[in-house]
Parts: sequence; structure tokens; C-alpha cells
Amino acid sequence: MSTGTTIALAGNPNSGKTTLFNALTGARQHVGNYPGVTVERKEGSFIGEGQTFRLIDLPGMYSLTAYSLEELVARDFLVQEKPAAIVNIIDASNLERNLYLTVQFMELGLPVCIALNMVDAAQNRGIEIDAPKLSELMGIPVIPTIARSGQGKAELMQATGEMIDTVELSPPLIISYGEDIDQALAEMECEIADALPEASYPSRWLALKFLENDDQILEYCQRENADLCARLKSIRERVSQHISTTLATCPEAVIADHRYGYIKAIIKQGIITHHHDRNRLFLSDHIDRVLTNRFAGPLIMIAVIMALYQFTFTYSETPVAWLESLFGWLGGMVDANMPDGLLKSLIISGVIDGAGGVLGFAPIIMFMFFGIALLEDSGYLARVAFMLDRVFRSFGLHGASVMPFIVSGGIAGGCAVPGVMATRTLKSPRERLATLLTAPFMNCGAKLPVFALLVGAFFAKYQAQVMLIITMIAWAGALLAAKLLRSTVIKGESTPFVMELPPYRMPTFRGLLIHTWERTWQYVKKAGTIILGISILLWAMMTFPGLPEAQQQSFDLQRAGVTALAPADLEEQLNVIDAKQAETALRYSIAGKIGTSMENVTKFAGFNWRTNIALVGGFAAKEVVVSTLGTAYSLGEVDPEDTNSLGATLAKSPEWNPVVAFSLIVFTIFYAPCFVTVVCIAREAGSWKWGVFSIVFNTSIAFSLAVLSYQIGSAGIFGI
Amino acid sequence: MLKLSMRKMKVNQRGIIDAVRAGGELGKRIRDMGLVPGTDIKIQGRAPLYDPVAIRVMGFTLTLRNNEADYIDVTVED
Repeated sequence: MSTGTTIALAGNPNSGKTTLFNALTGARQHVGNYPGVTVERKEGSFIGEGQTFRLIDLPGMYSLTAYSLEELVARDFLVQEKPAAIVNIIDASNLERNLYLTVQFMELGLPVCIALNMVDAAQNRGIEIDAPKLSELMGIPVIPTIARSGQGKAELMQATGEMIDTVELSPPLIISYGEDIDQALAEMECEIADALPEASYPSRWLALKFLENDDQILEYCQRENADLCARLKSIRERVSQHISTTLATCPEAVIADHRYGYIKAIIKQGIITHHHDRNRLFLSDHIDRVLTNRFAGPLIMIAVIMALYQFTFTYSETPVAWLESLFGWLGGMVDANMPDGLLKSLIISGVIDGAGGVLGFAPIIMFMFFGIALLEDSGYLARVAFMLDRVFRSFGLHGASVMPFIVSGGIAGGCAVPGVMATRTLKSPRERLATLLTAPFMNCGAKLPVFALLVGAFFAKYQAQVMLIITMIAWAGALLAAKLLRSTVIKGESTPFVMELPPYRMPTFRGLLIHTWERTWQYVKKAGTIILGISILLWAMMTFPGLPEAQQQSFDLQRAGVTALAPADLEEQLNVIDAKQAETALRYSIAGKIGTSMENVTKFAGFNWRTNIALVGGFAAKEVVVSTLGTAYSLGEVDPEDTNSLGATLAKSPEWNPVVAFSLIVFTIFYAPCFVTVVCIAREAGSWKWGVFSIVFNTSIAFSLAVLSYQIGSAGIFGI
Repeated sequence: MLKLSMRKMKVNQRGIIDAVRAGGELGKRIRDMGLVPGTDIKIQGRAPLYDPVAIRVMGFTLTLRNNEADYIDVTVED
């Protein structure tokens, strides 16, 4: 009996792989990332009938030619970790294309067991598959399954176990690729076997990949044995030349043709019985006639996106409020039970606010992932990408970029943290990175109090119009910045849009829950510590070095004086002194020093030192801009929801006018994302380089635009 | 019998792939998804802005952009 053997679960996207994985492993699974890349690695164990298997759910792939990062990761796993067997999940309604991958597994020489999945759905489509015959013709076990109900999973595991026990080393499948290629393969195989007897790849497979022009294998050969590589290259050169003159095509194409030829030859032997015309319209296609209709389609899409948005941000409000009051209560407890001092301030403003910052996003992320998982698993997200691709492509993005944009605040009031995490639905790496970096330009809910304050104070007559302009600036800025990024730092051809539109399916509730939970948990776990650290750092910047002794004493004296007089409005007068002290302390702090020293530069955008400190604070979260401005203008704590007094103060201040306000609005739209978002960007992009890049890039854009609007605005208004 | 580029095909028109002239990344992708010479295809629909295009191949639906369809030659019966 095999115990603890590693089995890889592999198959095309949308073949029900993850559903089967969930059915086999239940709660015994965990998610991580493949080392060095952002692709998820899911692992779980199957225990049953005296056997235990370690199951690895490989990312979905169409081929072993390793076109996408997912495919590369999956291939590396198969080749390097050599699982005892591959369970190849195949969509029974889509046998022909799915077998293309199976054939490649067999060429690699690993034992393969086919799970012929969704046989019920295939039956409904009038497709009957002769599994025993397929098994006989291909020489591997074929087990019909229905992953959603778990039907066939025990048989599947049993067959896999038996296969592992009996097959010591299954010989790789050898397909004929026509005389030219076969001859070249034989020649190359000899060369490789001689030069690299220890290679971890089968030599015929290496030769095949070499002919297929596989970059990774080319590099591998170059590294292992440059001499061999040169000889292999010359053989390939010769074959390519020959094929291009005789057949006007390339070796890769000939190889693919023959693989499909091999599959067709098997299928033609009566494997599939079609009860209807195979291309007739099914329910899914009828739905598509409406949902992707030229007129109704976009309208329905807007409705669906609005619904997702409502769902994410309206329904998550309650749990967010619970968490807020929990942390408020915790803060209150600490406030009441600890002596005043630095430690108390650290715990309240650094630790509790920091942890609150992390956990406060958790419900939003949960709701968003639930909603997106629903759209993705049902197949609708692929339709959204299909409909919007033309528009987004002109900016170097992908049709699927719309979701992250909207969630981030494309409809004002979103949040960039779930938005950045939503970019996972994009499979094309360059478009994904561009989306990741520009989504924070959208107007998230935390920026709104800043806008509300400034618009209320300076543009009270045109509130609605100005808010609309702000939203448009954000969209235009994000799209143009994406275009800029795609033509500079993330240069490169757009990724091919050759994509499957999966049939509509009802997602399994269990799958949705697992999906939602693991992503939320990953966020809390991975982001938590870093965010706490940055939160403490920002607290320190705004607290230290603290007021000098003399100043401190002067405030104490003032307080003592007022208390001694005991006027009727004692409380009020004390508050004024407290606020004044807070302002002075803030000015003395590191953040204050930075703010003051930056004045020479930021004056071109119309910002004074108070605004500068507020913007430093805004790196924690954008609504902190408002509360910090409150402290800096010695108003004490200002509630971001109620900004009347602060607005009035600003409106009266000689340093402020509508042009300054507008310049600050522009800056707020574009400058560095809050640090929770930066942490998420770094995690999603797979490197801290991009986190730092987003801070620098966004702030530079923001500053240039703010200076531009301030200078033009001042010139226009004051006629200079 | 008429040979033309896939971009020029009309909705609901059927044809058989004659050649795939794309190399590199795009060529690999197209072939991996089953678009090889001899395969039956049908234009299923177009996105609201006429691009990308959805095609029916081997019983499933595939989308690609018009500038990618340019690389695929199809034989159609008038």
C-alpha cells in the first residue's frame, strides 16, 4: 500500500479541478505560494481505504509548452518534483482539447490517471463517452467522475493507487511527428543521452521541447552543456529550414498538428457518441446571446458590476463597524486603565490602530472575494473581459482590468486593498502589473472625507459637479498612467487574448467559501505583521522627539493658571490649550520637521507645512489627512465625518483658496497609496521593488499634476 | 470553396482552418487551444465593439482579438 505518496492534480482551467480537489481533501488542505512567484500552491491530503496521498492542486494549464506563468510553475513541479502520478482532470464535454494536455503528460513519461469529470453535464449535452475503450486505447486508467457530488472519487483514488503500485516506470508515450521531425528527434536524443546522462528530463522530451523552441529548455541546455546546445541548435536549424521550404510552416506547428492527429485517431474509433449536432446551441449559448448582446450586454454588465460593488461595500459595512467598535472599545479600555505616557500612546495609536487597520479591511476583502469568486466561477467574468477588452486594450490593459478598477473606487467609495487583490483574476502578467499599479488612483472611500472637506469649504456651490470632475480625473489619470507604464517600464506586446469562454455554471457554495476564506486569511496573515510595523513607524514619526521641557512646562503653567481661575468654561479652555499643545508637538515631531523642510518644494503646489504633515499622515490612511489637518490647525481631534469647523478654519485662512484646495484634491487622488495597499501591491507583484515603485511613481505624478494645476490656477485667478 | 482570413468571417459562418501563420507566443497559444489546420470552426459572435470575436471550436467557445484572427486562414463554403 502506498502511504503519503505525492500525486499531482492537473488539467485545463474550468475542468473542475479545484472542485475535485476540494471533494478529495475536504478540510485537509492549505494554500501557499510557489517559491518566488505569486502563483498559488494548494496542497491537501486524501485519506481513504488504507491509503494516504499528498495531493498537489496544480494551476490550470492548457499545455506543457509553458506559455503562462501558471503553466511554467506546473511544468516545473512535474519535471522537478516527479510526483508518483498525475491525476488528469478532463472535462468530458470537451474531450478532444483536454486530451492534448494528457498526451503531453504521457510524453513526459509520468503515470497518468484520467478523471473524466462532469460526465453528467456531458450527458445533458448529448455526449456519451466510452470510458473503458478510451482507457484501453490510451493504455491508462479512465474513471468517470462528478466532482460536484463527489461521485467516482473513491474509484479514482483506488485506480491511482493501483497504478502507482503496479507501474514501476511507465515508458513515455512516443508519437510519430512525421519523418523530418522523427529523424531529427532520434538524432537529438542520442546527442542528449550522451552529453547529459544525468538530466532530470527524459532525453526525447528534451529534444522535443528543443524543437518546440522552448525558451526555458534552451536556457537549461545552454547552462548544462553549451557544446551540446550548439549542436542541437544546428539540427533544429536544419529541420526548420526544411519544414519551412517544404511545408511553409515551423516545427512547433507540425508537432501540435501531429498531437491533435493522434488524439483524433483515438477519438474516431467510436469513443464519443453525439446524440445531437456537436455545435448546436446549448443553454449556455442562449444565455450568451443575451448577456453579450451588443445592446443589452453592456447594460447588464453595468448592472452586475454595480451589484457587486453594492454587495461588497454595503454589506461589509456592518462587520466593519463591529470591528471598529471592537477596536474602539479596546482603545477605550487601554485609555482608561493605563497611565498617560508614551507606552499608552504607542499601544493606542500604533498597535491597536495598526491591527485595526489590517482587520478592518478583512470583511471588505471577504465580501469582495466572495462576489468575484461568484462571477468568476459562474463564467461571467470571462464575458466581462470579452466585452470590455477593446476599450482597455487601447490603454495597454486587459478586459478583465475593469473589476480591480471598480472595486478600488472607480465608483467613488471603493477600496484599493481588495482592488489590488482582485487583479488575481488577470492571467496576463504585463496587463496585471499595469492594473495593479494604477488601480490605487481610483477614489477610494478614505479619500472621500478629504474631498468632502475641501469641496464643502471651497466649492460649496458646485459640489456635485466638482465630485464628478474628481472621478473623471481619477479615471483619466489611471488609464493614461497605465498607457505610460505599458510603453515604458512594463513594455511589451499585449498578451494574446486567446481565451476560453467557459460555459455558465452554478458555482458550488463550498468552493466559494473555501476560496473566500483562504484569500482573506492569507491577507491577514501575510500583511498583518508588516502593516503593524509601518503603523508603529508612522506613530513614532508623528510623536518623537516630543516637546522640549521648556515648552511642556509653559503649557502646564497655562493649564494650572486656567484651573486656578476656575472660569465657567474651564473644560473648554483646557481643551484649547490641549489642542494648541498637540499642534506644537506635531510641529516638533519628525513628521513636522519633514513637513516644514518640504515647504520650499511643496510651495509650488500651494501646500504649507501643515498640509505636508497631513499628507505624511495620509500614508497611513487617506482619511488621516483630515484628522491630522485638524491637529495641525489646533482644533484637536477632528472627526473625518464631521468637518464643518475644520472647513470653516481653512476657508478663513489666508493661506488657502480654491486653487490650493483643488491642487490638494489632485494630489490626494494620485499620491502614494496608503501603506496597506503598498504592502498588497508588493505581495501581488511578487517583489518589494513594485511597492516602492508605486510610492515614488504615484507621488511624482501627483506632485507634477498638483503643481501644474496650482500654477495654472493661480495665474488664471490672480491674473499674474 | 473560398479561402479567407478569420477576421473577415461573418457571425454564424462556418469554416475549416487552413493555416495558422502565427509563430512565437501567440502561435503556441493558438495551437494549444486546438486551432490547428483541419479543425472545424464557427463564428459564434462578436463583442459589442466588434472585437474580440468568439468562435466555436470542438464544442467549446474561444475568444480572440481581430488582430490575432488575422493570422488564421480559413476555408469556407461560400
